[in-house]
Amino acid sequence: MHVTLLAIDLALVIEKLILIAVIVTVSLLVAMYETYAERKIAAFIQDRRGPNRAGPFGILQPVADGLKLFMKEEIVPNLSNKFLFILGPGLAMLTAMMTSAVIPWSSHIELFGRTIHLQIADVNIGILYIFGVVSMGVYGVMIGGWASNNKFSLLAAIRGASQIISYELAMGISLIALLMLTQSLSLKTIVQQQQDGLYYVAYQPVGFLIFLICAFAECNRTPFDLSEAESELNFGYHQEYSSMKLGFYLFAEYVNMFISSAVMATLYFGGYDIPFVNDAAFGAHYGQNMLAILQGLSLFLKVVIFIFFFMWVRWTIPRFRYDQLMRLGWKGLIPLSLLNMLITGFIVLLRQYGWHFS
Amino acid sequence: MQALTSRSKTVERKPMTIWERLYIPAIAKGMSITFGHIFKKKPTINYPEQTRPFSPVFRGLQVLNRDEEGRERCTACGLCAVACPAEAITMEAAERLPGEENLYREEKYAAKYEINMLRCIFCGLCEEACPKDAIYLSETFTAANYSRQSFIYGKKELLIPHPKLQPEAYEKAKGQRVKR
Amino acid sequence: MSVTHFLFWFLSIVAIFSAIMVVVSKNPVHSVLWLIMVFFTISGHYVLLNAQFLAIVNLIVYAGAIMVLFLFVIMLMNLNSDTEPQKNKWLKIAGVIGGGALLLVLVAALKNADTKNQIAQTGSGEIGLIHNLGIVLFRDYALPFEITSVLFLSALVGAIVIGKKE
Repeated sequence: MHVTLLAIDLALVIEKLILIAVIVTVSLLVAMYETYAERKIAAFIQDRRGPNRAGPFGILQPVADGLKLFMKEEIVPNLSNKFLFILGPGLAMLTAMMTSAVIPWSSHIELFGRTIHLQIADVNIGILYIFGVVSMGVYGVMIGGWASNNKFSLLAAIRGASQIISYELAMGISLIALLMLTQSLSLKTIVQQQQDGLYYVAYQPVGFLIFLICAFAECNRTPFDLSEAESELNFGYHQEYSSMKLGFYLFAEYVNMFISSAVMATLYFGGYDIPFVNDAAFGAHYGQNMLAILQGLSLFLKVVIFIFFFMWVRWTIPRFRYDQLMRLGWKGLIPLSLLNMLITGFIVLLRQYGWHFS
Repeated sequence: MQALTSRSKTVERKPMTIWERLYIPAIAKGMSITFGHIFKKKPTINYPEQTRPFSPVFRGLQVLNRDEEGRERCTACGLCAVACPAEAITMEAAERLPGEENLYREEKYAAKYEINMLRCIFCGLCEEACPKDAIYLSETFTAANYSRQSFIYGKKELLIPHPKLQPEAYEKAKGQRVKR
Repeated sequence: MSVTHFLFWFLSIVAIFSAIMVVVSKNPVHSVLWLIMVFFTISGHYVLLNAQFLAIVNLIVYAGAIMVLFLFVIMLMNLNSDTEPQKNKWLKIAGVIGGGALLLVLVAALKNADTKNQIAQTGSGEIGLIHNLGIVLFRDYALPFEITSVLFLSALVGAIVIGKKE
């Protein structure tokens, strides 16, 4: 048995590992400051000032929060399933982070004579991958809720899981309409298609709206945050959790928000394309690395706008009742997305045949 | 049914139109309202750095006053203790000895003077009862400590700083409050 | 031993171990979780065969949807080891004999099966990619595909009919 295990391109592995480390760090940092932004925006919308004690303008608040969570007593319920109890928040975090693997964060940079694509994996099923990972997100909720050995947690977990499954359907169907236009599942290709011409939101406004609403539901964000409805079910599926395990659940929500904002920006708003600028000409003029940095910033700006939107909605719209949530999902969004898909397919076919029926 | 007030509104129970049932216009309206609030002036006062102006009749913690030369005004007559509805004030009198004229204004003074700040209701009756203007409700408030015992203020805590030796601390303890 | 080989053996061992754990686990929830593990390893095998679409669809449909429903039902029924009915001793013996007989039949049937010269196309097969799969499904097998969808639709309607209160 001769060892040729290391025959794979070592430079590639190192490159990808660095990229993964950077992206994970950035996601966590963004999630950290999302908690700060959430509190600030909540405060501003409610005519308050928000956290402003830790550091200038309170920018050290997330650090203080994290420290507080780490310092808290870690309680594992006596009759819970210890392994699954710990696995739950881990899974929630893992699935939240895994989606970032297929998002193209920028085009490519040239460093040390290598062309480094700023995307961890350009698989040709990018969208489906996101979809698959999102559907795994249910397990973090369900396992955590069940392993707590608490009826309230279990009920909340089941409510949360069925909500995620219900909205996944409409999300998938709204994506199919988009895929008919893109003819590709690779996110990189989709971004490149949008670089010249209109963004896909112009072609798929209804699809985008459905996707947006479903993204809210998938992230358990406020009009749909029933699984953590404090007033009804104490605290939802993470009721028995404390310390950093609770922190992981809460944090996973913010990571999810970041990633789904990135997905929406990529699919419907041109991803790393700089708006109103011809990227190729710009790159030729200022160099590829400069272009890549600006493109990354451009995507980041779009993501920030989406995150702001998420928070803005959270502090505006009250929570749905559970039956209203299900009715919106099954009777509202799914028929709408089906209709959207059919119309899109019809128009795509018409265009292929040159706008006449025969 | 007759309306109870002229301002009452009758609730319309018409079925919603399609446009209303879409909810999206209503949501957009709500979002615009909350967005507008982001830029509104915040009424919050950053408390420890900024404070609200006190009302001229604000009643804070008591101080025992001194006169212009720094002599204690209190003569331990006990009128404040009598006036106190919460029975928070106790005192012991002592006679001024020769050579202490620069310390106490009258021949009799309070050797011990205690106010239980946890019993005090800050009504200000002690101040009104005092014939010598010796007790005075200052602008100091939010006293904080770890034990209940420490809220029984003795002369050490109550006496205002010396107006000549520590003029700044004196002014600060005196505050802007006017006596009614 | 290349990376592919290593991955193949790793995935296979994990898959078989998880599959055994599905059967052996006392707690039904653990069984379901092990089954999800099996699906993951099988998806890994699909990826090795360059069938990324199949891999991810396997995850979405089986691990992401069907297993969640399984978990739902099992969690809500609250099956514990003490609520499990006591199994008959004879039933166990019958199970062992039945399983052994099935194994014997399978070994006898597959003994002469010609599998030696069919080599899995690791990393080079094209049929599992979405483009090729789409063409095969919608050109060559359009009718069976549509019939399957009718089957699903009827199953859906049936579920609603059963679930509806009288």
